[in-house]
This record gives sequence, structure tokens and C-alpha cells, in this order.
Amino acid sequence: MARITVNNQRLDVDAAPDTPLLWVLRDHLGMTGTKYGCGMALCGACTVHVDGVAMRSCILPLRMLEGKAVTTIEGLSKDRTHPVQRAWIELDVPQCGYCQSGQIMSAAALLKSNPRPSDAEIDAAMAGNICRCGTYLRIRKAIHRATELLPPPDPQS
Amino acid sequence: LSAPSANSSRRDFCKRAAAAGGGLVLAMTLPAFGGRSRSRAPAAGGQLNAWLQVAADNSITVIVDRSEMGQGVYTALPMLLAEELEIDLARINVVAAPVGDAYVNALNGGQITGTSNSVQDAWEKLRIAGATARTMLIAAAAQAWRVDPAQCHARNGMVASAHGKSFSYGDLASVAAKMPVPKDVKLKPKAAFRLIGTSAPRLDTPGKVDGSAEFGLDVKLPGMLYAALAQCPTLGGKAAAVDASRSEIMPGVRRVLSTASGVVVVADHFWQALQARDALRITWEPGANARLDNAAIWGVLEQAAAANQGLVARKDGDAAAALKSAQRTLAAVYELPLLAHATMEPMNCTADVKADRCDLYVGTQVQQMAQEAAAAAAGLKPNQVNVNTTLLGGGFGRRLDVDFVPAAVAASKAVAAPVKLIWTREDDMTHDMYRPPAREQMSAGFDAAGRLAAWKMHIISPSITARFAPAGTDPFDSVVEYAANYPYAVPNFLLTYTRKEIGIDVGYMRSVSHAPNCFVIESFMDELAAAASKSPLDLRLELLARKPRHAAVLKLAAQRAGWGHAPPGRHLGLALMEGYTTYLAQVAEVSVNGGVLKVHKITCVVDCGQMVNPRIVESQIESAIVFGLSAALWGEVTISAGQVRQRNFNSYRLLRSNEVPELDVHLLDSDAPPGGIGEPAVALVAPAICNAIFAATGKRLRSLPIAAHTLG
Repeated sequence: MARITVNNQRLDVDAAPDTPLLWVLRDHLGMTGTKYGCGMALCGACTVHVDGVAMRSCILPLRMLEGKAVTTIEGLSKDRTHPVQRAWIELDVPQCGYCQSGQIMSAAALLKSNPRPSDAEIDAAMAGNICRCGTYLRIRKAIHRATELLPPPDPQS
Repeated sequence: LSAPSANSSRRDFCKRAAAAGGGLVLAMTLPAFGGRSRSRAPAAGGQLNAWLQVAADNSITVIVDRSEMGQGVYTALPMLLAEELEIDLARINVVAAPVGDAYVNALNGGQITGTSNSVQDAWEKLRIAGATARTMLIAAAAQAWRVDPAQCHARNGMVASAHGKSFSYGDLASVAAKMPVPKDVKLKPKAAFRLIGTSAPRLDTPGKVDGSAEFGLDVKLPGMLYAALAQCPTLGGKAAAVDASRSEIMPGVRRVLSTASGVVVVADHFWQALQARDALRITWEPGANARLDNAAIWGVLEQAAAANQGLVARKDGDAAAALKSAQRTLAAVYELPLLAHATMEPMNCTADVKADRCDLYVGTQVQQMAQEAAAAAAGLKPNQVNVNTTLLGGGFGRRLDVDFVPAAVAASKAVAAPVKLIWTREDDMTHDMYRPPAREQMSAGFDAAGRLAAWKMHIISPSITARFAPAGTDPFDSVVEYAANYPYAVPNFLLTYTRKEIGIDVGYMRSVSHAPNCFVIESFMDELAAAASKSPLDLRLELLARKPRHAAVLKLAAQRAGWGHAPPGRHLGLALMEGYTTYLAQVAEVSVNGGVLKVHKITCVVDCGQMVNPRIVESQIESAIVFGLSAALWGEVTISAGQVRQRNFNSYRLLRSNEVPELDVHLLDSDAPPGGIGEPAVALVAPAICNAIFAATGKRLRSLPIAAHTLG
């Protein structure tokens, strides 16, 4: 039995320690928003945040997650109000939609570290996420739009 | 263990109680999708026709009979109905249609999402359905008010009378459902459209940004088990002996069974099933393909070309005689590789087999075929199989096949529990229904006056259709379709087809015949232009005098792309096509420096007739161009010893965000009937780029992918 923190909830998981986080989320915890695409960290469909950093959950074994905070697409916001989600809706980014959880998690992590990315910075940060439907140009536009929707920087910080 | 989840109560069940007589009577608890509320059963109301249910609480459900795989049918088709029904699009809940006669795509002769014709098939059908329902709702209101229906009108989900009274559709639905079905309803003219032609927001977007959208991979059923499948690495081979002793004792493993598709391991969780599958010791019988490789495939096609003139698919005049008397002739051989679909969601299927029924949950483009395949595997009749279509994580033609269905059904039957069978990426890549290879032999001749006098084209390829529809009688595979639509004016034209099988299954892939044929036709047209010392644009326009829609998109694309004025170091290539009754021209702007190709920009002008939702059209064109770029630059499946060498995205390269060129997509407004948009733009990418490479280097590429050639 392992204890992990997902979307601010501490959860007990009865899975072998080598089980990738992807399958723990999907099959044990019922959170199917995180997708399986390649199993080798090649496509980004399984992207989640671990302690705020975008990681590929398909190659992260459960045993590595002790004491870490995992955020999935289900936990990005309660009601699709994260700026990235709002921008995605405004621009109707998804087509088939299968890769979009991963795209959104990668974009959200990018904006956390770089609130005003250039086109080149977006392309570099998003190059690990494949979209077979080819929504890349809309993703780029939506990330720029999301920067406009970000809350203003905290004057204290 | 089960934990709280945003999605935990989202699975409802679609119950098809009866499909009686000629009409369709449905008693359904309809699952909505995309994170909308679907926990409650619809309140009493009315099923107004096969596509529309209005509940007493005013919730409106539209049943969509085409599969949503990104192309936007869950928005565009409801828009057609909502236009005439006079309702707000955003209020609509969409559910996937069950198998039913009403849901057959008349243009495809089956319940099939393919051929880019969902809107064409629905264009009148769903507007009539909306107008019919609206008329019945008005009739119900008029009856209640004892007034002439002509004094009532419908707007925004309400029927209002001339004297200021109103009913909501929900108030009227149960009565309206019993009103006589009107015949010959009048449809709005284009000028009266308030919804069609607008970029209304997609109905499936919200569920696709919060993880709640349900793909086949996401289906959850009580007591569900998971399965992984071991398929013979050699295409067409099978297991000769299976030693499951190591696997059977692994944690969570419930059953190992041999099926016609391969060896299935069923376990409590997918990761357990996968580990146990990989621990199987299987002796494979590779079968007839043990020595198959690419060289053998190309050799077989070449021999067939020499041995056989082919069946005549189109003949105008006498191409052989015209070639003989031509002043100048040109000949070339083109080759198109095998390709993989590589949908982002690997193949998967969930089955729940009981003694007298089977519930299937699957992302499919062919509901009836899925039903038949499941019935055969379960030992049931087709009408005992209930097909629940999920969202598709990409289709591109891959999900026109149902080869991943029977093993899931067999596993569920064996363990008497619902089973979700998932292919890994490697399973998916190595057991695709590949885009067939083709050899296309070309010759053409100019007469003494310098006019194009003869065009001869011989296509040698395995048949997709012979496997997909074995009962069909058409000897021409769909792979020749676009070549038969050759648009340029030439008095002597001969297109022939030789079917030559290569021992492996091939399937339909986005822009089926158009991608190979357009590459060859548009490349060879450029070769002819060079031979005649004419501009590729001028030669084409000369031969398009009677093709105004072709000529219009070509001229505009050339103009937008700056034809004749390429920036220093940049070179332009163009391609033209009519496909799926849509007219397109593309111009690629490239540079080649030190043998390194860079595609800087693609300009695409599109005349697809009446657009239902321009933003979706634009996104489909962008999508198709990106799809075409991956194929043109790198797409190739290679085989050795009967096994596919590409296994994952590190060996089957797809375009990434940092590799997308600038795209200029320009959509023409048109009153012509709607054309297809999901597929056609794929086809022009490779010829436009290769023509630009010729402009840059003088090197003519007659095979793909471009990466297989040295450009320096």
C-alpha cells in the first residue's frame, strides 16, 4: 500500500511499487483524464505536474512519488477556469481531444515558470507533446491568450 | 481501492429497448458526453424523430450518427438540426447513435464515418429533421390554443402565438411526438441562416479541456477487468505454442486465453496484464510472411506492372496512339510507401458479454461492423450486441477496421466480466492496417503544336476494398479514385489499375486515393511543365479552361503565396486538387541549404462549398496539412522478416510544435453544396513541397518520404 497526494488529496493505493503513475491514476484512482499514448515519455499525452513541474506519468513509478504532490487535469481547476483551460475553450483548440490533457498540463507548467513566453519558447516547451490532429498553431495562440488571462502578479512577491 | 474522482459517476447506459418496424422507436436513457450532467434520466418528454429528443424540462438531446474523431461532427451536425428547430446550439446535449437503420450514411451505404461526407449526408436530412420537429411542436401548440398553426411561430426553444401566449418546447414535446409527421417541410434559404455559416463554439470542447471527455480508453464499468494482447510479431502469423506458466502466477492475473487475434492476458489492472503478457513464452508460427520485406514488396509490384496492363478505369481518346505520334514524350515511375495511422489513442475495446447480450464500448467509425464482429466472437446474434460509441482519440480511417474488437469480446466471455482490452503503442504501430504501397507508372506526350496530347497512368497496388467489402463487385480499388478525376484537359487519357496483393492487410487512411494520386499527378504535371519550359502555374491554367473552381483556387493560392516573387533563397511549389467535392490549391515555400530542407510556409486556398462552421473547416485544413507534412517528410513503414520495424514515436516520426511552418489558410465563401473537409488537404502537401524542392534544386523526387532522399 502506497500513499500519494493527488490534487491535494492524500490517497492510499494498493498497487505494485513499479506501477507507473499513469496507470495508478487511470485504473486505481479512476482519473482517466490523463492519457496513455506511448509508454516511453515520447508523446506527452500522460503529462501531469509533480511538485508543480510537468512530468510524463507513463514512466514515473509509484515508488518515486512518496511525499510528492501530483496534479492532474482533473485538479487543474474545479470548473475549467484555469487560464489555460479558458483560452483553450475560447479558441476551440481541441479536435479529437485525446492529447489535450497533456498539452494543457504542459502549457500550465510553462506559464508558471514563464508567464510571457515567446513563440520560440512555447514551441520548445511544447515540443514533447504530440498532437496527431495538428492543433499546434491553435495551441500556440491559446497559450498567448492564456497569458492575458493570468491573474496579475502578486505585488508582495 | 477506489478514490473520489471527478468522473466516477459518469457512466450511464444506453438501452435500446426496441427498434420496431420501419420507424425507429427508441426508449433510451441517453448518456450525454463531455462532462455535462448525465446522472438523471430525462424527464418525460418526446422523441420527435430518430435524431431528436425534447424532455419536459426543456433539455434537448441530439443523437449524432457519425463518430466524433476531431472533425467536428458533434457540433456541425447538431447545427444543421438546430438551424431549423430554432434552438440555441449551446443547449444541446449530444449522444452517439446506437446501431439503427435510420443512422445509415446514405452516401456510404452503411453506418460509416468516412469519406469526409458526414455533412454532405446530413445536409438535408438533419435540416428536414429539425424542420419536421419544429412543425410538430407548432402544431401541438396550435392545437392547445385552438388556433391556426400559421399564426404561431417558433423561436429560441419556444412556440409563440400571435396573441402573445407561449409554450416552451418541453411543455409541448410529449404532445408533439404524437402529431402527424408533416411531409415536404420547407427549408430556410441561405439568406435566412442564423447558425449555419457561423463559427459557433464546438460542443465537445469543454469536456476535452478538463479530462472528462470519454474516449474508449476511459470507459469504466463495475467489476471491469483489463486485458493485454500478444500478437504475432510477423504479420499474419499465429501462436503455435503458449507457455503461460510464469504469467498465470503473477499478481492480479485472472486468465490467459488464446484467441484468433493472439494470446490475451486478463488481470485486475492493465499494468498487471501488460507485465504478465510480456512474461508469456510463445512459440510463433510466422506463416507466409516470414521473408517479407520492402524490397520484396516493391519487387512484386514492379513484376505485376510488367506482366499486366491493368484494368481500364478511365479512357478518353487513344493514349497509346497519341503517345506514339507525340513530338515529345516523358515517362516516370513513382512509388508511395506504406504508412501507419498512429492515432494518439491506441486501439482498444471494452466488452461486457452476458448469456444473451453483449454491451460494447468502443471508438469506432463502423458501428454495424463492430456489432457483427462482437456478435461472431460472443456467439450471439448482431441484434444482441449493443454498440456504445465513445469519442475517438483519432480515427484517420484506422477505426474503419474492427480487428481489435473480437479479442475483447472473447476475453469478457471467458471471464464472465466486463473487460477493457488495450493495445500498447507498439501493438498499434506494428499491427496497423497500413496505407497500401503503390507503384504508379506515368507517361505523357506533347504534340507538334506543343499541346499536352496524351496522359497514361498505370497504378499497381494491393486492394483495401477487397478485404473491407469482399462482397463488392467493383474491380477498382478506392486507390484509383482520384486519378480517375484527373482534372486537366487532355484529349487522350488512359488510367489502368492492377491489383497486386503483398500478403499483409492494408486499410483506408485519411485522403485515401487522393494522397498517393495527387502526389503523382501534381509532381508529373510539374515534370511536364519543366519539359515544355512553361511555368507550372501557366501550364495548369492552360489546361483548366473548363474548370472554373479549380482555376479560381489555383490563381488565388498563387497570388497569396507570391508566385513569381519568392523571397531570396526561398522557392515555391504548387499543387491543385478537387477531392471529396472540395477544391483546393496549396503553395509550399521552402529553402534547401546544404541539403537541408526547411518548409517555411504553406498557403492553402479552399473552396468547399457552403460551410457549416468556418472555424471547424479551418481547423480541419490546418490538421490535414500537419498530417500531410508528417507523411511527406518522414512517413514510411518498413518491414523486414515480415515484421514492422517502427514501434513507437521514436521510430515513426510525427510533426511536433516546433516544426510547424507558417500556415495561410484561406476559405472561399460559396453557395455550392457542402464538400468534405476532413481529408482532402492532406494530399496536396507532398507534391507542393516536392515541386518546391525541384524549383530549389532541380532534383525531382519520385518517391516518399522526402527524408529518404539526399537533397544536397
